[in-house]
Amino acid sequence: MAGKKKQASITVPSAPFRPGDKASFAPFANEPGDLERPDPATCTAAETTDHAYGLVRVLDSEGKASGPWNPELSADDLRQGLEHMVRMRIFDDRMMKMQRTGKLSFYMRSFGEEAVAIAQTMALETQDWIFPSYRQPGAQFVRGRDMVSMINHCIGNEEDNIKGRQMPVHYSYKEGRFISISSPVGTQFSQAVGVAMASQYKGLDECCITWIGDGSSAEGDYHYALNFASVFKPPVILNVVNNQWAISTHRNIASGNPTFAARGLAYNVPSIRVDGNDFLALYAVTKWARERISSGAGPTHIEVLTYRAGAHSSSDDPSRYRPGDEHECWPGGDPVERLIQHLVAIGEWSDEQQKEMEERIDGEVMAAYKEAVTYGDLANGPYPSADTIFTEVYEEVPWHLQEQWDEMKRWRSD
Amino acid sequence: MAEMNIVQAVNSALDNMLERDENVLFFGEDAGYFGGVFRTSDGLQEKHGSHRVFDTPLSEGGIAAIAFGMGINGLRPVAEIQFADYIFPAYDQIVNEIAKVRHRSGGEFWCPVTIRTPAGGGIRGGHHHSQSPESQFTHTSGLKVVYSSTPYNSKGLLIAAIESNDPVIVFEPKRCYRGPFYGDPHNVPTWKDHPEAEVPESHYTVPIGEARLAMEGDDCTVIAWGAMVHVAEQAIKDCGVSCDLIDLQSLVPWDRDAVVKSIEKTGRCVIVHEAPKTSGFGAEMAASVQERCFYHLEAPIERVTGWDTPFPHTTEWDYMPSPARIAEAIKKTMEE
Repeated sequence: MAGKKKQASITVPSAPFRPGDKASFAPFANEPGDLERPDPATCTAAETTDHAYGLVRVLDSEGKASGPWNPELSADDLRQGLEHMVRMRIFDDRMMKMQRTGKLSFYMRSFGEEAVAIAQTMALETQDWIFPSYRQPGAQFVRGRDMVSMINHCIGNEEDNIKGRQMPVHYSYKEGRFISISSPVGTQFSQAVGVAMASQYKGLDECCITWIGDGSSAEGDYHYALNFASVFKPPVILNVVNNQWAISTHRNIASGNPTFAARGLAYNVPSIRVDGNDFLALYAVTKWARERISSGAGPTHIEVLTYRAGAHSSSDDPSRYRPGDEHECWPGGDPVERLIQHLVAIGEWSDEQQKEMEERIDGEVMAAYKEAVTYGDLANGPYPSADTIFTEVYEEVPWHLQEQWDEMKRWRSD
Repeated sequence: MAEMNIVQAVNSALDNMLERDENVLFFGEDAGYFGGVFRTSDGLQEKHGSHRVFDTPLSEGGIAAIAFGMGINGLRPVAEIQFADYIFPAYDQIVNEIAKVRHRSGGEFWCPVTIRTPAGGGIRGGHHHSQSPESQFTHTSGLKVVYSSTPYNSKGLLIAAIESNDPVIVFEPKRCYRGPFYGDPHNVPTWKDHPEAEVPESHYTVPIGEARLAMEGDDCTVIAWGAMVHVAEQAIKDCGVSCDLIDLQSLVPWDRDAVVKSIEKTGRCVIVHEAPKTSGFGAEMAASVQERCFYHLEAPIERVTGWDTPFPHTTEWDYMPSPARIAEAIKKTMEE
């Protein structure tokens, strides 16, 4: 029997603002100091309920740091964090210019989200594993990766350590324990739990940190990760980077829950929502999660609240789906500006120092770029050898692949 | 009639079907408000409403699962998977559920789901924006599989798929969305003035199961689908051999009669696909051709395919079958 016919409709959430609208966000409900810092060793998921629905902040609108989450970082550490973020931004701008002039096939910037990977990686130990997604390349700066090597990868030239096999931004950097990035979004999240379980099995003091987008947290992998983490309690830090947009898909379409962090509570994993543009708060929450791991307490789930200030990628045009100035209205402001404001407020930085640093980094990025293109650019080569199509498919080349490899050699363009 | 590229032809097919049948819904990642990352559903949400054309969470498994549920409850859902490479989280739902429900329920439930997805290489997409996974679906009983190559068949096949009471996977050659691809990455033509770009604005179908004879000749039968149809056309022109070029269009069911008829005439067969060779759909065709045409064959069947490796980024032109490789295979069959 058919049910009684009602007005036909499927309710589809919309984004709050669309092109032509004036974006205006409410200020964050929490101020620094509103949320206490529970004991990491004994904290239960239930004790993080306020943290999962609220927002951990350290920096106020004047750039003053306060509250129990203030990580009391040294001025040197703060300047180091700022330098990594500025480097990320200048690096991104240079790479985007290269993409526009045909020297890269594609690019994705971390614009507006530079603090995420950088503050969080700085809060970890050097032996900890990093399992990134697209917008965490900044972790490599923290781990000391050479920019020339990063640019070689983005070009896919002869010196690319992954041999031109993947699109730009799909870095792999084993020396820095930075695990190869894959395009299918979200897969790393549940895999990171396995990395952490291996560390747990080996009895090592190391953890794995991973990130997933608000959009990709709709994939099954997100739920696999939370559930396995809940069951096995491995040393893993599971971050949802809620930057509001997954290409054109607004976070309202990713989840019906008012916060992403709150979903972790149902898995009985302590869950904290943090201002992702507040370098100090991000550092502090990640440090707290790391302390939980050191004490054997297991996983933490973190929602990093931020805003994707740029386009999804060089192939995207956000003016088709959101107001052009939306990111300027974001209550979290800009992570780089906010850390500068704080350093200036505590008398540890000046406009002149900032200008000098930007000029120095700009020179370093330019020099790295010039060196990288001597190893080949996308428009002109030289490219990795066509033989790289066949190597490392298996540990050893089976006969059928060897036959095809021999066949390819008759046709190769290089 | 109007001149359309494949993006416009797909849009027109969706528009026609949304107009004709209130049970048709269209959804996918970025497919609603934005109109799709390739613009294939541009304007359709505005025209047909967000209850019929909408964005979904980024969850291919979820997309396929709701399509299944809608399908068995009387709707005719059309789901977009943004890149064929991203279809695998939906694989369980497609292979074990969508494809099997008619059979497993004794015919009580069935699932008229269409899943359309851009496939194939040639756009510098690397491992995960370039694959051509058709044979992973042709190996699944209960599914129909089609692979378009032109604006005309992209629209006609998509409408036929939506109207089919069986589930259909529709692969679209993304390299050809805005123009045919003749194997030279530096030559980027549009569909302008191409005969297959003349597309009726109204409803029509290209029946599932029928191949298209794209070129007619006497001495060799070349079979291709997707972007490779155009690469094969270039190869035939380059090598000067008189060939039938069969655009297979439908893989399951495939037009065996058309293929057999052509090979009985030519005595030679070259099969071209972008996907890797091992267990590619070319293997199935070659086996069937030798079963049916053994005594007509003048030469061994040739296959020109992608390598059995992951799809590369920087070196993709050393991966994809080129006109030169196809031309050599055609000439090789002529030497016998």
